[in-house]
Amino acid sequence: MPKIRIDNQEYEVPEGANLLESCLSAGLDLPYFCWHPAMGSVGACRQCAVVQYQNEEDTRGRIVMGCMTPVTEGAIFSLTGDKASGFRQAVIESLMLNHPHDCAVCAEGGECHLQDMTVMVGHRDRRYRGLKKTHRNQYLGPLVHHEMNRCITCYRCTRYYRDYAGGTDLAAMASHDHVFFGRHDEGTLQSEFAGNLVEVCPTGVFTDKTLVGQYTRKWDLQSAPSVCVGCAVGCNTVPGERYGKVKRVHNRFNAEVNGYFLCDRGRYGSGYVNSDTRLPYPGMRGAEGRFTALNHHDALAEFERLTVGRRVAGIGSPRASVEANFLLRSLVGSDSFAPGVSEQEQPSLQRATALMRSTPARVPSLADIESADAILVLGDDVTHTAPRVALALRQSVRNRAYELAADMKLQPWQDAAIRNLAQEQRSPLVSVTPGSTRLDDVAERTLHLAPGEIAEFAFAVAAALSGGDSAGNPEAAAVAQMLRDARRPLIIAGTSLCEEALLDGAAAVAGALVSREADGTRAPMLSLVVPEANSLGQALLCGDDAPDLATLTARAEAGEIETLIVLENDLYRRGTGEEIDRLLDAVTTVIVLDGMDSATCSRADLVLPAASAIESEGTVVSMEGRAQRYYPVFVPGDERHSSLYWLLCCLKAADHKHFVDINHVDEVIAACASAVPALAGIVDAAPGGSYRSHGVRIPRQPHRYSGRTAMRANISVHEPKQPQDEESPLAYSMEGLNRDEPGSLLPFVWSPGWNSNQSLHKFQDEVGGALSGGTAGARLIEAAGPTTVPEAATPSSIDAATLELIPRPAIFGSDELSARSAGVRDLMPDAYLELSVADAKTLGVEAGDGVVLGGSDTAFEVRIDPSLRRGCVAYAPGLNGCIGLVPRSGVSLSMAPDWKRRDADLIARDGQEGSLS
Amino acid sequence: MTELIPALSDSEIAAIDAEIAHVPYRSAVAIDALKIVQAHRGWVSDESLRAIARHLEMSAEELDGVATFYNLIFRQPVGDRVILLCNSVTCWIKGCDKVQAAITENLGIGLGETTADNAFTLLPVTCLGACDRAPVMMVGDDLHQDLDPAEIEKALSGEPNRD
Ligand code: SF4
Ligand code: SF4
Ligand code: FES
Ligand code: FES
Repeated sequence: MPKIRIDNQEYEVPEGANLLESCLSAGLDLPYFCWHPAMGSVGACRQCAVVQYQNEEDTRGRIVMGCMTPVTEGAIFSLTGDKASGFRQAVIESLMLNHPHDCAVCAEGGECHLQDMTVMVGHRDRRYRGLKKTHRNQYLGPLVHHEMNRCITCYRCTRYYRDYAGGTDLAAMASHDHVFFGRHDEGTLQSEFAGNLVEVCPTGVFTDKTLVGQYTRKWDLQSAPSVCVGCAVGCNTVPGERYGKVKRVHNRFNAEVNGYFLCDRGRYGSGYVNSDTRLPYPGMRGAEGRFTALNHHDALAEFERLTVGRRVAGIGSPRASVEANFLLRSLVGSDSFAPGVSEQEQPSLQRATALMRSTPARVPSLADIESADAILVLGDDVTHTAPRVALALRQSVRNRAYELAADMKLQPWQDAAIRNLAQEQRSPLVSVTPGSTRLDDVAERTLHLAPGEIAEFAFAVAAALSGGDSAGNPEAAAVAQMLRDARRPLIIAGTSLCEEALLDGAAAVAGALVSREADGTRAPMLSLVVPEANSLGQALLCGDDAPDLATLTARAEAGEIETLIVLENDLYRRGTGEEIDRLLDAVTTVIVLDGMDSATCSRADLVLPAASAIESEGTVVSMEGRAQRYYPVFVPGDERHSSLYWLLCCLKAADHKHFVDINHVDEVIAACASAVPALAGIVDAAPGGSYRSHGVRIPRQPHRYSGRTAMRANISVHEPKQPQDEESPLAYSMEGLNRDEPGSLLPFVWSPGWNSNQSLHKFQDEVGGALSGGTAGARLIEAAGPTTVPEAATPSSIDAATLELIPRPAIFGSDELSARSAGVRDLMPDAYLELSVADAKTLGVEAGDGVVLGGSDTAFEVRIDPSLRRGCVAYAPGLNGCIGLVPRSGVSLSMAPDWKRRDADLIARDGQEGSLS
Repeated sequence: MTELIPALSDSEIAAIDAEIAHVPYRSAVAIDALKIVQAHRGWVSDESLRAIARHLEMSAEELDGVATFYNLIFRQPVGDRVILLCNSVTCWIKGCDKVQAAITENLGIGLGETTADNAFTLLPVTCLGACDRAPVMMVGDDLHQDLDPAEIEKALSGEPNRD
C-alpha cells in the first residue's frame, strides 16, 4: 500500500486507486461530480482538482484532477491550498452561470449533490448577471421527470445509461452551452434501468416522476431497510414514507447484491402499497353474501372459530415472508400446506432448489455474476425474469476489456481509456432461448430453440465438456470450448419455461466444468432464476413432498378439508379459473390473508387485511439463497396487521404447543430456524430486535424530520404518541444514531455536508466497498454436503405438429404487486400472443390481427417475432387476459371474430420502439 | 415497421455504402453519411436522420448526438447558399461587425436567419483559418477574403454552388 502526503499528513492508500477515491476513503471531503464509484473516472467536470507537487522542493505544484491521478508511493498533494480550493470554487461558479436558482421548487433539493458541493467549496455569491441558457424539457415516460435547465454537463447520465446499462435512447446532444441530455424525440425511455438516472444525476435534471406528483423532501421521509419483493434477486431498498404513503424507493447499497442500482420494477413497483384496492379492515361474509367490516379483535375471534378444531389446509405464497409461511404451515400441518405456486411451476421450483443445494459449482451472488468471463444463458430472458441480473451481466461481458486494460497496466477506473481500448471486444455471452432477448446486443451468439431443445442442447454441451460426444452438435462443441477457456464460467437458467430437464442440463454443464477443473484455477458458477421474492425460501420450507394445488383439490373434493386458509396469494394467478373454482367450491370456508383485493378475496368468507412488506418485518430468501430481512418503514394504517401477527394470534388461540411461549418476531424466526434445518441460517440474516447502535435504537427519521407535531393537525391538534417498535432494532423516531450499524439495518444515508445519496461512502470503509457494518443477508446455500451432477434427463416431448404456449415474462406486468403500482401499470402492455413468422403464415395471420385460443373466447392481439422458434406461442404471464393461461400446454389458434385492429401507425411505431437500434 | 416515406434515395444509400466498405463498424461512417445526405438535400431532417440511423444500425439518439455536435450539419432547413461569417478574434479586430451589418442591410437577415426567397442563410463561424486575410467569410463553397463592407454585394453575387 503506497504512502502519500496530503496537506502534510501521511496516508496509506490502496494500491492502484486514484486520488479522489483515496481521499474519500480516508474521510477527506474532496468535491466531485463526474466520477462514480461504479463507473470510474473520465475527468470531465474538473471539480476534483487538487495540487500535486513534484517533490519536497517543489513549492508551486500543479493542478491535477484527483479522479484521474493514480496514487504512487511518496506523492505529495494539497487539497486545501488556495490554488486548489480557488480552482474548485471557480468550477462551481462557472457551472452556476446557467444553473437556475430554483432549489426551493426542485425535487432534488435537500438531497442534491450540486447543493452539497456548492456549499463544500464555499461558493456563495453569484457574480454573473447575464441571461441563463434555457432548454425545453422532454416527456420521457411515466417514470422519469426531465428538467434540463439544471444540468451541469457532468455526463454521468449518458455514461450510466449507455455505457453501463446498454441503453441507446439517451444521448448528449449539441455542444458548448447548448448541450442537452435527452432523447431524439419525446417518448418513454426504453431501458428497464432508466430509473437509476434519478440517483446517478447529481442535480435535479432527472427526478422520480412518481415522487414529483406527491412530493416530500428527503429530510421529511421516514425510512427503513427493506428488500424489493419484485423478483427473486432480492435487491436492497430504502422506501421512504410520509403521511402513511410510500413516496419513493431508493437503492440501499449491498456490495454482494444490487450494488448501486435497482431495476425499474423495483424502484417504481411499491406504489401498490398506496393503492385504493388495499384492504383496510377485516371482512366477514354474511348470509346475504356481502362483507361486513370487523375490528381486529372480532376478526381474530372469527379466525379462531373457523380454524381451531376444524380440518384445515393452507396455501402459502412465494411472495410472503418465510415466517408467515412457516406459521401457516405450523397451523395446518406440513401435509396440508401447499407452497402456493402453479402445478406447472412447482416441480421446476423444487428441481431448481435441489440442484442449487447439490451442485459442486458456486451459486453466485450478483457480485460473483459480474466477475464471470464466459456466460451461457439457457432459457430465460433475464432482463424480464431477474432484471438486476441482466444489468450485472452487462458488466460481466466487460471483463475482457479489463483484461486488456491490465495487460496495458491501465487501472480499472480509467473508464474512457478502457472503453476506447476494448471497443466491441467483450467476454463471450451465449444466449439459448426461444426467441430474442434484451441481452442480444452484448451476446456473442444467440440460438433460438424450444424449451425441450434447449435442455438437449445443454446436455450436448455437458457431453462435449466431459470429452464425450456432443451428438454432432457443432454449436454445443463451440460453447463447450468457450466455457473451457474461461476462468469464471457462468451458467444461468431459470424456471420461467417450466422445463425441469433444462435446469438439469444447466447443472450438468456446471458440474462438467467443475470436474474438468484440474489445476484449481477455474471457478464455475451456476445461477438458477426462480420467479418470486421468496420462491426459494418457500421451496426450502416445503421440501419435495409438499402437496400441490391439484392434490389439495382432490383432498377437498374427498371432503377432507373444511377450512382453507390462503396466505397472500391470488390463486387465480396459479391455475385456470375452473381448477381454482373447483378447489374453492369443495371447501366449506375460505379465509384469505392478503394486502389487496383479488379474485380470491371475492371467494372468501373471511378476509384479513395483511400489511405489505414495507409495513412489516420478515425474511425472504433470494435466488442465490441469501436470507434477507426487511423492516416496517411505517406502521400500517386502519386494521391492517402483518400476516405473521394474524397467524401467531391464531396459533396461540389454538394452544399450539410450540407457540404458547412465542410472542416476538425473533422467537418466530428462531422457531422456524430450528424446525426447518434448510432455513437454520435465517437467524443470521440480520441482528435481532435487541440490537442497539450506540446504546439506542436506530432512528427511521432524519434529525431534520420536520412538522412532526403539525402533520396531523388537520385531523386533530393533539399530538399522538410516537408509535413504539417492540420488535425491531429501529425506532419511529429522530433520536438515536444512524452510524456503524450492520448493513442490514441501514435506514437511509446521510452525513454532515453530504445530504445526497453520495454520502454512502461515509458508510463504507473503502469507497465502493462493503458497508462498514457488514454486508446484509446470510447465504443459506453454500457448497456443503455431497454434491451431485444430473445425468441426461428427458425433456418434455416436443410434438412438432402442435403449437405450445411459452411464458415470456414481462418486467412491467408479470409481477402481481408492481403491476398495481402507478408508473409500472402505465407501462404494462395489453395482452398479446407472439408467433413465429412461419406459424403466422400457416395460420394466415398478420401482426395486429386478433386470435383466440381453442376453447376460450378471449381474443389476443398477434405480434410476430421473427426470432421466435417455430411452434412456440409466447405470452407474458400476468397481463390482463393472460391470467389462467397454462404454460407449456398445447394450443390451437384461430382468427378472432369481430376483431378490431389498432391504428396501423401505432403498431408500426410500437414495433420500432421495442427493438434496439 | 419502417417509416412510411423512404427517407434515403438510392444514390444516397449507394454513397453511404461506399463509405461503409472502408470501416470496421457501420456506425463509423456517421459523419460521412450525414454529409452525404446534407449534400443531397441541403440539410438533415428528423426523418432523414432516423433513416440514416437505421441504415447504420445505430439509435436515432446516438446519431443525433453526432449530428447536433457539429454546427455545419444543419438540422434545420437552410437557404441555397450558407454564408459563414467569421467572427473570431482576428476578423473581429478587422471589423467583421461592419461586414455583418452590410450583409444584414443587403439581404435583410441577421445571424441564424434565412432570406425569404431561400437564397441565403447567415451563420457565424469561429475562424476559417484565413486570419491573414481577415475579415473573411464563405458563401457556399467559396472563400471571400479582405472583405470590404462597401462591396459586400459583389461577394454575395455569383451562382449557387454545391457539390
Ligand atoms: S443531466 Fe444530470 S447527469 Fe446528465 S450531464 Fe446533466 S447534471 Fe450530469
Ligand atoms: S424487481 Fe428484482 S431486480 Fe428489480 S429491484 Fe426488485 S429484486 Fe431487484
Ligand atoms: S470528478 Fe474528477 S473531473 Fe469530475
Ligand atoms: S479569425 Fe477569422 S479566419 Fe481566423
